[in-house]
Amino acid sequence: MELYQLTAHELLDKIKNGEASAQNIADSLAKRIKDKDSKVKAYVRLSEHRTPNTEHRTNGIPVSIKDNICTEGYNTECCSKILAGFKPPYDATVIRKLKAAGMAILPLKTNMDEFAFGSSTENSCFGPTHNPWDLECVPGGSSGGSAAAVAADEAIWALGSDTGGSIRQPAAFCGVVGMKPTYGRVSRYGLIAFASSLDQIGPLTKDVRDCALLMNMICGYEPKDATCVNAVVPDYTQALANDIKGIKIGIPKEYFIEGIEPEVKKIIEEAIAKLKDLGAEAKPVSLPHTRYAVPVYYIIATAEASSNLARFDGVQYGWRSKEKAQNLIEMYKNTRGEAFGEEAKRRILLGTFALSHGYYDAYYLRALKVRTLIKEDFDRAFGECDCIVTPTSPTAAFKIGEKTDDPLKMYLSDIYTISVNLAGIPGISVPCGFTKKGLPVGLQVLAKPFAEETLFKVAHTYEQNTEWHKVKAKI
Amino acid sequence: MAINRETVEYVAHLARIQLNPQELDKLALQLKDILGFIDKLSQLDLSEIKPTSHILPLNNVFREDKPQESLPIEKTLANTPQKEKSFFVVPKVIE
Repeated sequence: MELYQLTAHELLDKIKNGEASAQNIADSLAKRIKDKDSKVKAYVRLSEHRTPNTEHRTNGIPVSIKDNICTEGYNTECCSKILAGFKPPYDATVIRKLKAAGMAILPLKTNMDEFAFGSSTENSCFGPTHNPWDLECVPGGSSGGSAAAVAADEAIWALGSDTGGSIRQPAAFCGVVGMKPTYGRVSRYGLIAFASSLDQIGPLTKDVRDCALLMNMICGYEPKDATCVNAVVPDYTQALANDIKGIKIGIPKEYFIEGIEPEVKKIIEEAIAKLKDLGAEAKPVSLPHTRYAVPVYYIIATAEASSNLARFDGVQYGWRSKEKAQNLIEMYKNTRGEAFGEEAKRRILLGTFALSHGYYDAYYLRALKVRTLIKEDFDRAFGECDCIVTPTSPTAAFKIGEKTDDPLKMYLSDIYTISVNLAGIPGISVPCGFTKKGLPVGLQVLAKPFAEETLFKVAHTYEQNTEWHKVKAKI
Repeated sequence: MAINRETVEYVAHLARIQLNPQELDKLALQLKDILGFIDKLSQLDLSEIKPTSHILPLNNVFREDKPQESLPIEKTLANTPQKEKSFFVVPKVIE
């Protein structure tokens, strides 16, 4: 067994028992990245680092970080040409907290869809990441690099960000654990903003225990983030009991009708049966406005993005057009026209349109009202159950290039994850089986705001009584 | 709601993005598709519903107005494509 194959909690035990050092772990991981990343391409700017993992030595476990989370002195480019060369002058709060906990931050960053705009990591200016289970498939997105790195043992654990499913969907596609915490649970300070009312940072890990450990390290109040909630952070590892007797799990009927692949449906139904065997009580619930979640999301998320991305104008950081500009506006237009990718342009335009004079009421305001209905659906459902169980995605990983010509089809791959961000509740995806082609499927568990402990309890119990998380991708 | 090439050109100007003619054609078609899909929101009667812009019950998060340490000028300017002394340089703004 090589060190890079182990979980973070196993490695921490080894360090404690004097069986391995942080140096051994860093070297083992560096070797693995060197051997495998030419196939997976989970990391970006690999060639700029002579040795992938030896710059930042501490006593802790290396953490791999998505390219949209600021790491002082290490490039953070959101996989966009418009941020080429950007070295943040400060650390994001989560990075500061990880360093305070003694962890090592990998100078290499993980691949993502440009500005987190996408569900497949194909919208990266560095090219796509490949799914370790089938290199011709996407790893999901937008945190596809983080998910693929963990699945390929090229990362011990990783951070991603989730605006509409960007941690949970790639976790499902790559057969790893991924959590989107409650909105406000983790500080967004230093996360380059996509949609400020939806974004959350969260862990991607090899098992549920590591997910709880990493949450312990990154949660907590940050006065620099006005949307970060000042609430006590529990020790999440205390919730890892192997017992779900009497827990009420809600099964939303709207998640099992249109669009779901029969194979995925069957695997999820088997997972629900397993939870019942373990003592959970399953009951049907209804989330009647589910079908409106994707349209609501693509108004709210793009409106917020169009405003957040106004700062990329070639003045303070990143790329500036070399075209001779007559005035400032022309310089802005040339810079943004040259350096934003196709999906970024599409979303900025859609958001600008939804906020523009004459359309604001018809689109943006209407979307905010339907968001209320979606949130109320969850409030009602959680009156009847402790958690809700759904598929993470309607399909397993799809082929690279399969959906790139049809943005709408791509947007629908987030159909089960998007409502969660709109309602601000926490969600986790855990491996729950494989398709006939050997691609992983993820089980999503949802709970009410700040009830992450319920998610850890259910996910851990399921994991401890199944073997899916032990199966490794062969690359 | 229909969206055409002219609307896309106007919105692109508002968003300060220069598009070439091929991009304009393609985006007009794609945005028309996406907005057609989004139009299913008009099926709902929302006259009695309040909008949700934010999910947390947080309002007016204030802090004391005390001077704090901020980034030094060299660090602030370290990433700019063009600077002079302690300034960002941009094309002429005033005619």
